Amino acid sequence: MKLLTHNMLTSHVKGVTKGYPLLIKATEVKVNEVEFNSQFVSRMIPKLEWSALVQAAEGLGHLEDLSAELVADYENNEEFLKKVHKVLLEVEVVEGSLQCPESGREFPISRGVPNMLLNEDEV
Amino acid sequence: MASGRRPEHMAPPEMFYNQEEAKKYSQNSRMMEIQSQMSERAVELLNLPEGQACFLLDVGCGSGLSGDFLSEEGHVWVGVDISTAMLDVALDREVEGDLVLGDMGQGMPFKAGTFDGCISISALQWLCNADKKSHSPPRRLHVFFSSLYSSLSRGGRAVFQLYPENSEQLELITSQAMRAGFSGGMVVDYPNSSKAKKFFLCLFAGASGVLPKGLGGEASDRNVPDQVQFSGQRTRFKNLKGRSLKKGKDWILDKKERRRRQGREVRADTKYTARQRRPRF
Repeated sequence: MKLLTHNMLTSHVKGVTKGYPLLIKATEVKVNEVEFNSQFVSRMIPKLEWSALVQAAEGLGHLEDLSAELVADYENNEEFLKKVHKVLLEVEVVEGSLQCPESGREFPISRGVPNMLLNEDEV
Repeated sequence: MASGRRPEHMAPPEMFYNQEEAKKYSQNSRMMEIQSQMSERAVELLNLPEGQACFLLDVGCGSGLSGDFLSEEGHVWVGVDISTAMLDVALDREVEGDLVLGDMGQGMPFKAGTFDGCISISALQWLCNADKKSHSPPRRLHVFFSSLYSSLSRGGRAVFQLYPENSEQLELITSQAMRAGFSGGMVVDYPNSSKAKKFFLCLFAGASGVLPKGLGGEASDRNVPDQVQFSGQRTRFKNLKGRSLKKGKDWILDKKERRRRQGREVRADTKYTARQRRPRF
């Protein structure tokens, strides 16, 4: 599970109002090499919940000097975009779990795939 | 595929797509070819901006065959599937997209405005069958479509290739999609060929778009001389059954028209078409 995906995932359990952001508890993390596309990264930044991204990256030990506040005029800042690219698309959680901030319910992650299947009473 | 029988009548998807079935999706070249073609057509119908890498959702991504096509086009994607066996195959094939184990009938677990678009190949019909006592297909369809609608950014599209069982099922699907806020409709490719016929449900989230034309339809791009076109029309008008009675020129032109709609190769219509031949012929 890449951090880009994590930034979009929420708990969809019935009755939960604040199921975002999910807390990452990682036991195995991997860093891959992914081709850099500055336009894509630039377009994704406004869609991100920046604080959630920083928190997640920090928790995994891959903060990469990302500031807590989003830099203004990031579209032309190639260096900044490359850092964001690494955090979003190259850092991957392989084993662990995601925890709902409201209910504490855990979604396990195995082989990089989070299990978002709900039980009968959660639908 | 089991000939004649529909997979969704045999078992729930997480059981039907077991290890044995999943293997076919990485070994059977014919199946892989068909899936790839349908993915290509679905992406075409998505009508994404040229040359731009988009963030897409693949519902029922399975072994990642459709996802591979998305990666080839330079897009970043997230796939959702209910079968662990199929996702294992996708992982072994080292697909580039992120995979999520999930049930589409339970809703898409993503925050609002996440995706630029969504495709789904041969998956939506699975939602129409109740696999558990607690399942209500209309409700599951509603939960799926409304969560999908919110997870798409405004102006985004969702294209579903599906195998509808009957018109009631199609009706159920489209009505739940409309209720969730989508506009759009069905695009049918090669409507007159039982083999080549494919259904694509094209949904627009937000700005309404023009529904694309199906392939092999009546208004396909062929240059037909005006005269031939006219005579065809006149014949249909004359005959209530919609078929020419005599085996004359009109019948022959109609027949050629039918075969073109089936997607077959047919010689162009010229002034010699259906001309009376000498008895020696």
